[in-house]
Amino acid sequence: MMEKENTMLDPVIEIRNVWAQYDGCTVLEAIDLAVYPTDFIGLIGPNGGGKTTLLKIILGLIKPSRGLVHVNGHPVEAGRCQVGYVPQVVEMDRQFPIRVWEVVQMGLLGCRKPFQHITQAERDVVRYALEQVDLAELEDRVIGDLSVGQRQRVYIARALTTSPTILLLDEPTASVDPQVASSIYDMLARLNKTITIIMVSHDMNAVSAYVKTIGCLITRLHYHGSKEITQEMADAMYACPVELIAHGLPHRVLSPHTHERTHTGDHHD
Amino acid sequence: MIEALQYGFMRNALAAGVLVSIACGIIGTYVVINRIVFLSGGIAHTAYGGIGLGYLLGINPVIGAIAFSLISALGMGIVHRRTKERSDTIIGIMWAVGMALGIIFLDLSPGYKADLMSYLFGSILAVASSDLIIMFILNIIIVTIVVLFYRELQAISFDETFAFVVNVPVDRLYLLLIAMVALTVVMTMRIVGLIMVIALLTIPPAIAGLFVKDMKRMMLFSSLLSILFTFIGLMLSYFLNLTSGATIILVAGISYFISFFIRKITST
Repeated sequence: MMEKENTMLDPVIEIRNVWAQYDGCTVLEAIDLAVYPTDFIGLIGPNGGGKTTLLKIILGLIKPSRGLVHVNGHPVEAGRCQVGYVPQVVEMDRQFPIRVWEVVQMGLLGCRKPFQHITQAERDVVRYALEQVDLAELEDRVIGDLSVGQRQRVYIARALTTSPTILLLDEPTASVDPQVASSIYDMLARLNKTITIIMVSHDMNAVSAYVKTIGCLITRLHYHGSKEITQEMADAMYACPVELIAHGLPHRVLSPHTHERTHTGDHHD
Repeated sequence: MIEALQYGFMRNALAAGVLVSIACGIIGTYVVINRIVFLSGGIAHTAYGGIGLGYLLGINPVIGAIAFSLISALGMGIVHRRTKERSDTIIGIMWAVGMALGIIFLDLSPGYKADLMSYLFGSILAVASSDLIIMFILNIIIVTIVVLFYRELQAISFDETFAFVVNVPVDRLYLLLIAMVALTVVMTMRIVGLIMVIALLTIPPAIAGLFVKDMKRMMLFSSLLSILFTFIGLMLSYFLNLTSGATIILVAGISYFISFFIRKITST
C-alpha cells in the first residue's frame, strides 16, 4: 500500500464504492478515493470516462446509484458548502444583464440566511477573490463582454467567495490559449498552498506539470496517490486513442465515413 | 388629452396601465433573461380555462383565471424543470388543452357571455376600482418577493447549477418565479387581453435589454417603457377609435423595431 505523508489527517473527500449509471450504462464502477488536505489531483481520462460525472457526484448534482460520498466528514449536501465549484466555460447568453461583480458574489449565497444585505466583510471577500484572479479592475464589466479566459477566471473567483477548503475544476483551460492557461495553472498552484484541488482536464502536459498526483478515470479509477502514469493507466488510455493521438481534431477521427463520401464525391467530379 | 382624462374610466385605465406596467417590467425581465417566453404564453392561454370555469361555476372569472393559471404555471414549471427533452412540446399541449377546456366550459355554462371578448382582447377602459385594488395587492406581492430574493433569483437565472451547488433552493425559487409570471399574466389580461399578454411581458424588457446591461435598470426601464406604451396606446385608441389593447401592443411593437435599428446603427 502507498504510504503518504499526510495519511494522519482525515480525508476531506471520501468516496467509497461509488457506482453511477446513465440510462442503464455504467459510467462509474466501484470508485474508491480519499482526498487529503492540500492535495492537487489531476483527473484525466477519455471522453465518457466519467470525469465530469465524478465531479457532479461530489457536488451532489448526480446521485450515485450505489456507494457513499463524504465531504469534510458530512454528506455532500452539507459538505459542499466548503467546496468551490468551477464549471467548464461554455457558450452563454452574452446579452445576459449581469456584471462581473454580481457573478462573483453568488458564491456568498451558499450556506447563508436569505434576505440579508451584503456586509462590508462580504464585499471584502468578493474584492479579495477578484484580486486573486487579477480581475479587480473589470468588476463592473458585463460578463458577456469578457473573453473566455477572463470568464474562466470570473468563475474561479466566484468559487473562491464560497471560502472553500476544496476547489473542483472542470476543464479550466479547455477553451483558453496556452498563455492564459499557464496563468490559470500558476494561480491554482498558489491557491493550493491552503486549498485542496481536484481538476478534471484533457491537457496531459499541463496536468503533469502542475498537479501533485494524477488519477485516470475510465469507468474505473486508477489512482495511486502519485504522479506517475502507470502502465495500467497508459493501457487504459490507449483504449481511446482519439484523446491521445488526435486531440483537437476528434471529428476527423470519429467520422471517417463523411470523409470517404466527400472523397468519392471528388472523384466523380 | 385633458378632456380625455376627465372621464373616470380613463383615469382608472391609466392607473391600471401603471400598475400592470410595473409588474410586467419586473417579471418580463425575468421571462426574457430566463427564456421562458413560450412557457409564459402557455400560462396566459391556459388562463382561458379558468375564465370558462368561472362562468360555469358562476364565480368571478378573474378568480378562476388566477387559480387556473397558478395551477397550470406550476404544472408547466415542473415539466420545464424535470423533462430534459422537448418540454416545449408538453407545454404546447398543456397550452392547447387549457384553452380547449375554457371553450367547453363556456359551452356548458348557461346565459349570455357579453364580456368574454374583454378577456381575450383586454378591456382597459372597463377596469373597475375593485380591479385596481387587486392589481395593487398583486404588485405589492411581486415587488416584495423580488426585493427579498433578488440575488437568489438572479443566481438561478444566470447559472442554476452553481446556485444548486451553493444550496440555493433552486426548484422552489423557480416555481415561485413561475407563479409570479402567472399572477402578472392575469393582471395584464385585463389590459391587453390574454392573447396579447405575452407582448407586454416581453417587448419592454426586450427594448430595455438592448440598451442597459443591468438587471435592476432593465426592470426599471421596462416598467417606464411599458407605462409609456400603455399611455400612448390608450390615447391613440381614444382619438382614433381603435381597440385599446391592440393599439398598445402595436405602439410597443413599432417601438421595438425602431429601437432595434437605432441599436444596430449606434453600435456599428
